[in-house]
Amino acid sequence: MAELNELTGKIAKIKQEVQNELEKLESSKSVYEYKKVILDGKTGKIGSLMKEMGKVPKEQKADYGKKVNELKAWAQSYFEELDTKFRQEEMRRRYESEKIDVTMPAKKHAHGNLHPVTQVRNQLTDIFASMGFEIYEGTEIETDYYNFTALNTPKDHPARDMQDTFYLSPEFLLRTQTSAGQIHVMEAKKPPIKVVSPGKVFRSDDDATHSPMFTQMEGLVVDKGITLCDLKGMLDEFVKKIFGKETKTRLRPSYFPFTEPSVEVDVSCFQCGGCGCKLCKGTGWIEVLGAGVVNNKVLEGCGVDTNEYSGFAFGIGLERIAMLKYGINNIKLLFESDLRVLKQIDD
Amino acid sequence: MLAPLSWLKEYVDIDVTPKELEEKLFSCGFEVEELIEVGKDISNVVVGYVEECEPISDTHLSLCKVNAGEHGTFQICCGADNVHAGGKFPLALIGATVYATAKDHKTIEGVMEIKAGKLRGYDSFGMLCSGTELGLDDNLYPGAGYNGLLELPEDAKIGADVKPILGMDDWIFDIAITANRPDCQSIYGIAREVAAVLGKECKPLDLSYTETEVAKTPFSVSVDASDLCPRYIAHYVYDVKIGESPAWMRRRLALVGCDSISNVVDITNYILKELGQPMHAFDYSYLEGDQIKVRRAEDGEKIVTLDSREFALNSSNLVICDGVKPVALAGIMGGLNSEILDTTTEVMFEAAKFARDNIRKSSRALGQSSDSSARYAKGVDEYTTVVAMKRALHLIEELGCGKVSCTHVDINTGNSIEPQEMKVSVKRVNGVLGIEVPDADIVRILTNLQMSPVIDGDELTIQVPAFREDMESYPDVAEEVIRMYGYDHVTPTFMPTAEVTLGGLNLKQKTELKIKRALCAAGAYEGIHYSFFSPADFDLLRLPEDAKERNAISIINPITVDLSLMRTTLVSEMLYAISRNQKRGILDGRIFELGNIFVPKALPLTEYPDERATLCVGVFGEEESFFTLKGLAETVADTLCLSFDYEPAAKPFLHPYQTAKIFCEGIEVGYLGKLAYEVQSELDMRTPAYVMEIDLAVLSQWYGKYVTFRPLPKYPEEKRDFAFVMDKAVTCAQVEQAIMKSCDFVTSVSLFDVYEGIQLPANKKSMAFSVVFTPREEEFKKDTVDGYVADILKNLNAKYDISLRA
Repeated sequence: MAELNELTGKIAKIKQEVQNELEKLESSKSVYEYKKVILDGKTGKIGSLMKEMGKVPKEQKADYGKKVNELKAWAQSYFEELDTKFRQEEMRRRYESEKIDVTMPAKKHAHGNLHPVTQVRNQLTDIFASMGFEIYEGTEIETDYYNFTALNTPKDHPARDMQDTFYLSPEFLLRTQTSAGQIHVMEAKKPPIKVVSPGKVFRSDDDATHSPMFTQMEGLVVDKGITLCDLKGMLDEFVKKIFGKETKTRLRPSYFPFTEPSVEVDVSCFQCGGCGCKLCKGTGWIEVLGAGVVNNKVLEGCGVDTNEYSGFAFGIGLERIAMLKYGINNIKLLFESDLRVLKQIDD
Repeated sequence: MLAPLSWLKEYVDIDVTPKELEEKLFSCGFEVEELIEVGKDISNVVVGYVEECEPISDTHLSLCKVNAGEHGTFQICCGADNVHAGGKFPLALIGATVYATAKDHKTIEGVMEIKAGKLRGYDSFGMLCSGTELGLDDNLYPGAGYNGLLELPEDAKIGADVKPILGMDDWIFDIAITANRPDCQSIYGIAREVAAVLGKECKPLDLSYTETEVAKTPFSVSVDASDLCPRYIAHYVYDVKIGESPAWMRRRLALVGCDSISNVVDITNYILKELGQPMHAFDYSYLEGDQIKVRRAEDGEKIVTLDSREFALNSSNLVICDGVKPVALAGIMGGLNSEILDTTTEVMFEAAKFARDNIRKSSRALGQSSDSSARYAKGVDEYTTVVAMKRALHLIEELGCGKVSCTHVDINTGNSIEPQEMKVSVKRVNGVLGIEVPDADIVRILTNLQMSPVIDGDELTIQVPAFREDMESYPDVAEEVIRMYGYDHVTPTFMPTAEVTLGGLNLKQKTELKIKRALCAAGAYEGIHYSFFSPADFDLLRLPEDAKERNAISIINPITVDLSLMRTTLVSEMLYAISRNQKRGILDGRIFELGNIFVPKALPLTEYPDERATLCVGVFGEEESFFTLKGLAETVADTLCLSFDYEPAAKPFLHPYQTAKIFCEGIEVGYLGKLAYEVQSELDMRTPAYVMEIDLAVLSQWYGKYVTFRPLPKYPEEKRDFAFVMDKAVTCAQVEQAIMKSCDFVTSVSLFDVYEGIQLPANKKSMAFSVVFTPREEEFKKDTVDGYVADILKNLNAKYDISLRA
């Protein structure tokens, strides 16, 4: 009995000692290390208790084993409790040490933008492609025939004065309008035709509001029974997609040699909604493009039977759309590759 | 085109406000660019009656008591010499606005507001005004040019606004006329449109005159160039008394910006403005040989025009000659030798139609122009030519400045000036528009346009006036109808009769967009530069005389020499763009441009040149290097599922040792390199720049390359790292290729380290590569890869004297 009592006393003592030492621990690491030491089967204060079993009288062995196991379980749960406590504390401190100023600048992946005119061009081609238009790109250098004559603008035609043309030879010139593409398309393809033709055009104009090079997109539809109402209907859809679904269109008479009737197309001011503001110069309307029913002479010149087919055409200045849409105040800014400008427009 | 409201009102009873008329004109195709109120700066100026007027001693001033009717009676100090009791003058009330004049009392210096003031101690409550202070001169109102007060008519109502009395309540419409409507380049032409849009009558012109029995004989006219002059009308006027034109004519001319010269000259100018027909008056006494001859000039023939400029002519210029010499540059300007002078007593009037293209070309070639030539260049119709002569003769009589003889010569080519009948289908007219315009409206509109329409079933018959040369067929009729009917009647439809078509981008367009997007994702911004460049760019790029880039197409009429050639490279403008950015403080960035270069097949051009789609990329900044730009080249290659090879190369504007040509499947597609320091400093760049140009016209042969999936390796790959020692001249690409060629199972070779330095001999370097071996049909056996490695080492050693680093 003395043996057992002695051992029981030892267990109680060890428990007290362990408790005292555990209370001194300050980190999860020290808990881990202490635990390893204490529970070691050979040398550990608790781990080695089972070795004492030999000294315990046979009938008391069970009792002793139970006590040692109780001590072990107690120590285990104590270790766990402390471990959890320290880990939480350590995690808290780690988080605290990693405190940052979230208002400091972001680290961004550098990416560039398409040119504002390309962005507008893509938006437009997407819309027209969805309406069944192909995209035809003509050449920047054209002949007098395709740029003027075939578009019902013969040599002595006063409409030639409307556009100051850059000539490269008596026959070749820099196209003044993407309309030149109309003829190539109609020569290559029989109706039905639905095509838009974006590209650079050139006029001998260089001042605050004009650039000698700018971008147009010509549109052409030739099919059976095409009317002015179809032009209006298509333009209505188009401007709603570009400028917003509240946008309205207004046609008013104009003149282009290759369309008859010809119209200027105004859209209701998308800034003020038509009440009048600085953008629309108080009129509520903004001029965005020219259009019309394709002149019979142009169709007939391309071998299209005007008894069967008719068509409409329109021409849009892409810089103008980009400037209106993004509020760019000077067309020259679009051709300078000033990164301060290009970085701003990502539509 | 300037059209005063008062002048239009002579022909149309206009019962709408100027603003309403502006909107009406806009709706039917005549945009009013500016609506000018004649007396807009003048306000609160009324008729003042001077009841008392006493000189203030020792001054030039008079102290006046001025009655302004309902506005009251005011004490006014006045310095004008013509102020007198019993006179009526414009009185600017306190708060009125008038023009401030300089010391000369003539030059207008701005608008001033009248305030109560004190002159020499005398209070003055307003100001009596001169014509100049109201913006008037002798042409706009007789006597308004006097350097003193403007005397108002005796019957002017005291206290009434002076504006209606002085014609200052007028409006001027500045109208944009489209090129298809030259008939509207005139007051009467606009009046016809105003009448049509208001549904009013356009009153006929007074063309009446009495021919005397006096004839000028002998006198003859001959036209030797009827292609350039389809109609020439001459009429002889005698007993001419040159003098001043009446006030109404001078005022009208002044309102449209035309100086009054003398009655006969004013009549020609008046006709030009009112009818749009240029006319000329010759002093008959200076015409030799009693004849007029219209012909092409002889080479070297000379003429001095009214403005004393001498021109040497050639056969492309048309001249009007008498029996001996040219007396006018046809359609452009008369000759000084037959000018109307104060002494002129007999006049030969000319009204003619000249070919517009010839007048425009002559005018441009000679650098001589006039209102007449500008008008002819837009096109004149023969109907108006005939009417104009009658109108001029009427005015001669009305002004009493001459007698109309019976010598009238009309040389023409038989063109009718009668209305031409045109028959069109109503259905087709409506078919253009897509709506059904009621017959009654069609008839009403075309009646208003003086086309006398008759509808019989589907057949519409109209009489097209001879001045409407633009009317050719049913679409023109449709346009006339809709512009008057109103475009707001056009209802939107969406091509209900059209076939469904497939739309979208083609392969080239899609691929180019893909390249652009890939470059954007790599941090580059798209720029667009002009398609032209400067001959100086060749020198900037240090291109030798025989460089292919120098074979550029030149523009005959460039804006400046800097924009005079079509680009043969995109690189110079890229460099300018980088330089501009650096000057603005942006020291790093990436820009690309996808545009055409223009390669002529022959010069001067005889066929379309080759427009080659080209990609140019420029990067700049301390963080950039040859290899960051090369990374963008690889981006392009990856985007197209291609692989590029690079070889050292030379370009005169690039660094001699940091330049490479780019190849794809052995075909050269472009180059890249670091900008030479000389060019960098010439462009004031603070940070280094790197540029690349890729010929997309060549690269496009691989667009749309079919992408096939390569199955993932079934068996584990083996990766081995090697450090080789080799001569410095051996390139990375040579080693890579040699390794790849040595063993079929090598699927990847990548450089991961380079060393040059004291651990190696001076002519040697070390390069370390990772090599991946990928098994195919079966797993690598224990020693298989070792065998491959042995092969590789043997080959490298044999080919480039490469050994493993110890």
